[in-house]
Amino acid sequence: MAMFEGLSEKLQATFKRLRGKGRLTEADVNEAMREVRVALLEADVNFKVVKDLISRIKERAIGQEVLESLTPGQQVVKIVHEEMISLMGGSESKIQISSKPPTVIMLVGLQGAGKTTHGAKLANLMKKQGKRPLLVACDIYRPAAIKQLEVLGEQIKVPVFSLGQISPVKIAGDSLEHARKNGNDVLIIDTAGRLHINEELMDELSNIREKVQPNEILLVVDAMTGQDAVNVAEAFHNQLGLDGVILSKLDGDTRGGAALSVKAVTGCPIKFAGMGEKIDALEVFHPDRMASRILGMGDVLTLIEKAQQNFDEKKAREMEEKIRKQELTLEDFLDQIKQLRSMGPLSSILEMIPGMGKQLKDVQIDENEFNRAEAIIYSMTPEERRKPLIIKDSRKKRIAKGSGTTIQDVGKLLKQYEQTKKMMKQLSGLPGMGGPGSKGGSKKGKKGKKGGQGKKSFLKLPFPF
Amino acid sequence: MAGIFNKLKEKLTKTRQGFVDKVESIFTGARRIDEDLYEELEEVLIQSDVGVATSLELVTLLRQSVKERKISDPLQLPEVLKEHITNLLGEENPLCIAEDNLSVYLVVGVNGVGKTTTIGKLAKNLTSQGKSVLLAAGDTFRAAAIEQLEVWGERAGVEVIKQAEGADPAAVAYDAVRAAKSRNVDILIVDTAGRLHNKVNLMKELSKIKKVIEREVPGAPHEVLLVLDATTGQNAIQQVKLFQEAADVTGIILTKLDGTAKGGVILGIQGEAQVPVKLIGIGEGIDDLKPFDPAEFANALFAKSEEG
Repeated sequence: MAMFEGLSEKLQATFKRLRGKGRLTEADVNEAMREVRVALLEADVNFKVVKDLISRIKERAIGQEVLESLTPGQQVVKIVHEEMISLMGGSESKIQISSKPPTVIMLVGLQGAGKTTHGAKLANLMKKQGKRPLLVACDIYRPAAIKQLEVLGEQIKVPVFSLGQISPVKIAGDSLEHARKNGNDVLIIDTAGRLHINEELMDELSNIREKVQPNEILLVVDAMTGQDAVNVAEAFHNQLGLDGVILSKLDGDTRGGAALSVKAVTGCPIKFAGMGEKIDALEVFHPDRMASRILGMGDVLTLIEKAQQNFDEKKAREMEEKIRKQELTLEDFLDQIKQLRSMGPLSSILEMIPGMGKQLKDVQIDENEFNRAEAIIYSMTPEERRKPLIIKDSRKKRIAKGSGTTIQDVGKLLKQYEQTKKMMKQLSGLPGMGGPGSKGGSKKGKKGKKGGQGKKSFLKLPFPF
Repeated sequence: MAGIFNKLKEKLTKTRQGFVDKVESIFTGARRIDEDLYEELEEVLIQSDVGVATSLELVTLLRQSVKERKISDPLQLPEVLKEHITNLLGEENPLCIAEDNLSVYLVVGVNGVGKTTTIGKLAKNLTSQGKSVLLAAGDTFRAAAIEQLEVWGERAGVEVIKQAEGADPAAVAYDAVRAAKSRNVDILIVDTAGRLHNKVNLMKELSKIKKVIEREVPGAPHEVLLVLDATTGQNAIQQVKLFQEAADVTGIILTKLDGTAKGGVILGIQGEAQVPVKLIGIGEGIDDLKPFDPAEFANALFAKSEEG
């Protein structure tokens, strides 16, 4: 699959031949657009949507002085990127909270899209925001669907309203009554998965809508959906008038072109993205990041944001100071591990780095290694942490015992520490070498690549700097 | 033959309408065989989730045939295309069943593709062929997945071996294999939790489940069946590749073909990963699981309505 680097390189090759030609002609752009088209199609963006998008991109690209730039390929990618963002709609959208509670949210979609799971995730989110949600079990068809919702409800301590396998329209209607009586200000209705061409079941949804007049009807779409996403979204939208979309299973490695397709045919914003099986793995959807992902550019923005949220500015500056003075101790080492790990599982961090997605498949990230390193350092005396050079055989033996590791493990860690220190010496000579808090935002491909290499070296070490 | 054919055709009408209408409108509306025609054809294939590479390949093959056979009538092209698609799909590939011994099927896939439902249908299918079947509730992760399998077990009239939610799925598989041996059943079908193929630890868990089965029954698992949702796009290829690495997938079950998804993903997979499609799911009923017959499938895709 064409990664962003791949697309960028292909475009680069296309433009190379055109160097020195001044402005881009239509023929030049057409050739470039062929590459863009393939990249978007490989990412499962619907064919018709690609066509529209390409014609808009073409208009913008023709006549531009793209060739003046050293990297015309990336310039075109930038245009593509921008057009995709504008297609997916401005920034994040929120759930409309009704002025007259309860706010009624209805989840609809195909089988297996993740409605039940996302109903629970949404309830969990609402609860965290201080609301009193009620989950409503209207999937009377799938075996054990009601039970599934009840189990999830129990996990997050949110009540579940169910009347067994009777008419979903009646269940929904009664739940509204129940919510009013019990002071639930948000009603989340889980419906059965259905095919968009099943008239009977689609009518059932209309009837539920009539009965409860939802404030939000959200379509749950599997991020891995292919070309058919437009048909599905269109059918549900025509039947019900959707208010938004939840894109599920986005924690997979799909490029997620369906996001563009769905937005294009319904005009509805994608409000949330499901990022994992855990109940709190529901994130606000960011069109810009999704555009990068569809193009295979990696989710650099999320990475930077996470880093900013979790890296302590002051500590980062202290670290920079230490690096400059070459005073790195094992205590600093420990700090670094802690900070990095506070950003979440390493694997998910690495996946956000451009170009890493593919390489990552062969890299087994052993979180245990970090546990071991932490344990080893914790088993040292403060003096040992500050002056690791004093650690000789008998100390090593003690540390290994104390941390439940082997003498070899301790030796390995000390060696890694020495290597890192050596590397720091070299780095501190370079200008502009900020600490980990440095926001040298790598929004563009070139810098992104650099980020990838940086990470590679830390995988080997495996300590980040 | 006619019966199955009609049923499949009826079920595939939606699929057909999308795909065939487009193909036929192109061919019948076409003036002559020219570049535009090929390009339009390529577009139809891409729109059916066939994938860019495979679509190009098919069109190239079509071009060659047109040249070699000196075809000038655009109306002949559907037949030729059908031929190439059938070739790409390979032979019909039934499930492997061990003679006079226990067969174990391990069913894997990403979340929400229909593993549990498919197992229910498969159990029914096998019992109606006179086989004794046992199910293992290996999805110990998702809420109420065990109950869901139990309902299907009841419908199909087969027993389910289970442990508590959150139990080690490899332990469930172990128990189930033991139970299957002592009860002398013909086929054990092991359900697993849905997992995204890029989660390394979860894929390792799958390898472990498989190893337990291998150790307990020589030659098992006789099938590792990857359940794929027909609405899935190009990511399906990635799914096949990674599940194959973790669990040596022996066959694919393509579900939800009763929607408007074109099923073109099968061609994309055959073009890139070489794992045979063994069964297809064409509805929510317990009988809506059919063997995948490549020729019949290609035929049903291209059959004109008056042929039925």
